[in-house]
Amino acid sequence: MIRVGLMLVFFICCSTGGEIAMTYGMKQVGEPESFRPMAMLRFIGKAVRNGWVWFALPLLAASFYSLLILLSWAPLSVVIPASAFNYVVGTFGAKYLLNEQVSVKRWMGVVMVCIGVTLVLLTGQN
Amino acid sequence: MSVVLLMVVCANLGDLMLKRGMLQIGAVQMSAPGIWHALWATARNGTIWLGIFFLIGFTICYMTAVSWADYSYVMPAGAFGYALQTMLAVVILHEAVNAQRWIGVVLIVTGVLLVGQTHPVTTEAKAKTATETVAP
Repeated sequence: MIRVGLMLVFFICCSTGGEIAMTYGMKQVGEPESFRPMAMLRFIGKAVRNGWVWFALPLLAASFYSLLILLSWAPLSVVIPASAFNYVVGTFGAKYLLNEQVSVKRWMGVVMVCIGVTLVLLTGQN
Repeated sequence: MSVVLLMVVCANLGDLMLKRGMLQIGAVQMSAPGIWHALWATARNGTIWLGIFFLIGFTICYMTAVSWADYSYVMPAGAFGYALQTMLAVVILHEAVNAQRWIGVVLIVTGVLLVGQTHPVTTEAKAKTATETVAP
């Protein structure tokens, strides 16, 4: 059970850390000029030259593999609420690391989504 | 919004393919040979690759979305896929959905709507406000 707990913490840290780093990097890259193929290729080209994006990728890969391992170790009733909790942890990260202004309305929305995802996914496995 | 919708579709298809692929591979053993075997098995599994293809599509949509909008705005919107799955199951597959799942769907939709009512770019708005305050 301890190894599942440690792996859950590792998964949440990698997942949230990776997404926060990716967002930070993409803010530096900026929006694509348009959704035409060449503009999207230029956009991806700029993204792959950004250090924060490269910092995010191994973290996201680690979260991907740790989730696969968790799914093979623990019942879904444990893994699903823990992964849904990512929404709350991610919002804290956005507020304190990315300096986003998270209003009460947005917090309420995030908590509702977190509980809702847990209910939907757990019911789906019954 | 269309980018977020495409992101949701790609994420759901990707997850579905990964789930199928991992069921084909089985439980991962936490030893060096076990992890190596799991990595090798996932690399040779076609369903996993299809899942990865959709997840690359999801990543590009996600990168586009967070290049201008807040992370705390884009992330909850992605959960709309779970509600969409349930609605499609009812409308297309005529599946019976129990009360607990409907409550979950209502919570997700309400949550996404609440987040959707907030300003998508709070950091830029903050910067603009600061500039306006400093400017004579």
